[in-house]
Amino acid sequence: MPFIDNNLPVLLVIVPLLGGLLSVVLGTIFGSKRDLAWGWALLVSWATFALVIETLLDVVASPHGSVVYNLGSWPGPWGIEYVVDYLNAFVLLVVAGIGAATTLYARHSIPSEIPGDRLHVFYAVWLLAIAGLLGITVTGDTFNVYVLLEISSLTSYALIAMGKHRDRRALLAALRYLIIGSIGASFILLGIGYLLMLTGTLNMADMHAGLVALDNYKENRTVLVAFAFLLTGLSMKMALFPLHMWLPGAYTHAPSAVTAFLASTATKVGVYMAFRFMFTIFGHEYSFDVLPGQKVLLICAASAVIIPNMTAIRQTDVKRLLAFSSLGQIGYMVMGFALANEAGMTGAIVHLFNHAAMKGGMFMAVGAVIYRIGRAHTADFTGLGKRMPWTMAAFSVGGFGLVGFPLTAGFISKWYLLQGCVQAGYWPLVIVVLMGSLLAVMYFWKLFEQIWFTDAPEGAPEVSEAPPTMLIATWSLILTSIYFGVHASFTVGMAGKAASFLLEAGQ
Amino acid sequence: MDSYWMHPALPLLIGSLILPFLSQRLRQVALVVLPAFGLLNVIGLASTEAADITRHMDFAGYVLDVLRVDKLSLLFGYLFHIAALIGGIYSFHVKDRMQHFTGIAYAGAAVGAIFAGDLLTLFLFWELLAVTSVFLVWAGKGVEARKAGGRYLLAHISSGLLLLIGTVMMVSDTGELPTFGHMELDSAASWMIFLAFGIKIGFPIFHTWIVDAYPASTASGTLFLSAFTTKTAVYCMARGFAGEDMLIYIGAVMCLFPIFFAVIENDLRRVLSYSMINQIGFMVVGIGIGTTLSVNGAVAHAFADVIFKGLLFMSMGAVYLRVGSTKGTDLGGLYKSMPWTTGFCLVGAASISAVPLFSGFVTKSMIMFAAATYQPMDLTWLWFILLFASAGVLEHAGIKIPYFAFFAHDSGKRPKEAPLGMRVAMGISSVLCILIGCFPQTFYQLLPGDELGLAGEFKYSPYTLTHIVTQMQLLFFAAAAVFGMMLLKKYPAEVPSVNVDADVLWRKLLPGIWKKAIGPVFLASSAVEERLLGWVPAQAVRTFGHGLPRLAIFKEWPQGSIVVLITVMLSAYLGLQLFS
Repeated sequence: MPFIDNNLPVLLVIVPLLGGLLSVVLGTIFGSKRDLAWGWALLVSWATFALVIETLLDVVASPHGSVVYNLGSWPGPWGIEYVVDYLNAFVLLVVAGIGAATTLYARHSIPSEIPGDRLHVFYAVWLLAIAGLLGITVTGDTFNVYVLLEISSLTSYALIAMGKHRDRRALLAALRYLIIGSIGASFILLGIGYLLMLTGTLNMADMHAGLVALDNYKENRTVLVAFAFLLTGLSMKMALFPLHMWLPGAYTHAPSAVTAFLASTATKVGVYMAFRFMFTIFGHEYSFDVLPGQKVLLICAASAVIIPNMTAIRQTDVKRLLAFSSLGQIGYMVMGFALANEAGMTGAIVHLFNHAAMKGGMFMAVGAVIYRIGRAHTADFTGLGKRMPWTMAAFSVGGFGLVGFPLTAGFISKWYLLQGCVQAGYWPLVIVVLMGSLLAVMYFWKLFEQIWFTDAPEGAPEVSEAPPTMLIATWSLILTSIYFGVHASFTVGMAGKAASFLLEAGQ
Repeated sequence: MDSYWMHPALPLLIGSLILPFLSQRLRQVALVVLPAFGLLNVIGLASTEAADITRHMDFAGYVLDVLRVDKLSLLFGYLFHIAALIGGIYSFHVKDRMQHFTGIAYAGAAVGAIFAGDLLTLFLFWELLAVTSVFLVWAGKGVEARKAGGRYLLAHISSGLLLLIGTVMMVSDTGELPTFGHMELDSAASWMIFLAFGIKIGFPIFHTWIVDAYPASTASGTLFLSAFTTKTAVYCMARGFAGEDMLIYIGAVMCLFPIFFAVIENDLRRVLSYSMINQIGFMVVGIGIGTTLSVNGAVAHAFADVIFKGLLFMSMGAVYLRVGSTKGTDLGGLYKSMPWTTGFCLVGAASISAVPLFSGFVTKSMIMFAAATYQPMDLTWLWFILLFASAGVLEHAGIKIPYFAFFAHDSGKRPKEAPLGMRVAMGISSVLCILIGCFPQTFYQLLPGDELGLAGEFKYSPYTLTHIVTQMQLLFFAAAAVFGMMLLKKYPAEVPSVNVDADVLWRKLLPGIWKKAIGPVFLASSAVEERLLGWVPAQAVRTFGHGLPRLAIFKEWPQGSIVVLITVMLSAYLGLQLFS
């Protein structure tokens, strides 16, 4: 349909946005029926996923590798511009793909954690969160970024707080996230404000041109202040060490499906935003050569790989353990981007995708345990391999991926990341990356041994395998991670193009 | 003809995936059919035009050269399939699906590794080897096997990481995937790869995983383990570092030190594990000398060793299965009820001791001859070391094993003869040992030395008068010494004991370092979050804010502290310009 084809970039935000609103309307008209609310969300999320794939194909087909869409037909710097290139097309794919898979997963998981009469509201917020994250990624306008960031943040606070029916601590976690998140968002707004003041425009490409056109912009204090505010704010959004404190609590106490969705998408969109700002607006030269931004980011990233991974080893709640492990994985991504060479950035971008698939699948598996047992302490995993073999197999395969074992997607990321470190000549980072995988072996192996080699203690609850929708969703992500661990040419090809695109754009 | 032959690892790897779903009877069939089919496949490869057989695979944006066929890889290809076949037959009686599955998959990984044409492919199979084989260690059941398996995995993961880093460094240097060929020890990358091979081949100090894990496994598990991992490493050394002088010295040490441990060791399977390091020492020496003759000797000895060492492990496995122990103190006089096993064990003992007409005689002597006739450097000292090591082999493997297990003082035990599958497998191995020993020239034709571009040519005949006489003298006097010592009651008695090896280093020193140094760092990791990072904000809050921050570990950070930390980060970014 030409209408859809011509308006793809904006449709993929509008569809989930309106879908979310309609979910409330449907709930009001027909009453809160479990499968109605879920079915509608599923329909919308899969339609969005289809639109994203269409967009991706458009980008691949376009001659210079990007698609530009003018909102309301207002061109360029005057109107709002949506720009899709290889990089954000890839992030869009992650967000929409995970959104579709987790919505499928939510069918059994969510009603067990949220009262029946709130379901249509839940799915409304859920779809709005998807819309927000997709919007941040697709837009080429900085103020639009801020608005959509607020949409996605406010919805995430709400989604996390809905975990209160299973775990009262979700409320506190959400409140903490709200405070930190709001500070972060206001920092970002301030940063954007300074840039607007300097350049008189909100369009990203135009902003970069405006900055470069300034007299002696490298010495300009206002640019520096804008840079500092933006980077600090974005570090909070992506939970980069040491500004990560909001994340473990939020991920631990949120409903399982919400954790699986946010863990695989929200922080990654944060990473994407940070490097979009650094490369596309400030330019690679300003961020890395004029300011030692690279060193600071690399130090933060390296600490993120080591310290939270160590903390992960000692966790007794598996969701919390995975949350700490996610912090380490964010370290990998930031490290790859900050290396600013093609191999490292390819590794980082491909890891956005790979980690989303692996960790999403693992959080889903843990969610299935919570669905059956009611909690996910490490002790509950003892001998669970015999009782929930399929769930635990998915969990284990995902774990091997986190370790970076060959033939899993994690290995592909590690391979390119290591190459990036070696090429940049940062030997300590090579050791850090390897330490990271050894630490991953340690926290994962403990669980693996418990799951498969230890017999369940006396009086362990008799549980059966997770329901099929949960298993299908979990395995679809895990199999994706395995598939792209073996046939990585698609992901690596996309990531490679995105990396060179980003490096050239900043020149 | 391009797609006529399968990649040699596929029959075993794909076949192994089917194994767990078959009934016991069908599994037994498959255990024979899979390796046999694989062997035919390799023979087919050997007769195909070399130009026709390459296989490429896209992986991670690279084109992998997954199939490189030359005489060296073919020789190990035959060897590993024969070993898998023997191992398969030997494990007929095993009911555990997991062991059959991992055993065959493990063999497939080894085959894949030796046909790998580039380092990344090698690495992939390297890791697969580690993961499949560790399940064979765990199959031993019990706490000891589980712990030994963990240590085994750690050694092999470290080896894999070194190989990975070496490969990555080479890729970064050249921008393309390095083919796996001869390397010089002139860069950090090649050192890492050297060390990776070294851990797997059992360099001194790194050897502890061999004596640790092998005796912990089941009877058939040990057989599989002894065949593939170290021999894959021998192959890689021969391919990558032939002629590296350092290997001569390392190999000499590997020949010597296990002898002493083997003499005092009570567990006969551990004796065999030490003996294995000693035999690998001969191969490492051969690779280090790096002439056509010596490398031929090394790979030929690897071939023979898999068969005869396997045979010895099989006979001990049979004893373990029937008696439940392989401790010298628990055994003795078993020949009365296990005559077949005794006979096969004696064939293995004769082969490993290099008695003429058995396989060890025609393979090990090549290495010794190469050492004696090496021109660029005087290696007489090495020849004497090897000679002494040979006497040691005769003592601990040739005499101690069969003597203590089957003869010596009668333990009064009358276990049943080994199951049929075991006996057939041992029979095949025995026949192979004797065939290689009696018809060495046919076997020599398979040897790859002339293709490797090394110094010297390969002309060797083991059955010369001098060689036979020297060897018989050596055997006679060594045997006389052992029995003489036994008569005089000077021979180290079999005592149930635990002997201290370099594993003290790994088990005591490293855990010590862990407990004293690294562990606290781990424990402090959350405290770092709390204290080091939190101190400034905490002090700030204490001074400027309301309420007291809670610093206990695992407590969530108070919001005030986080906000102060945010300010710190912001000032850090703002201060950047000062340093630029």
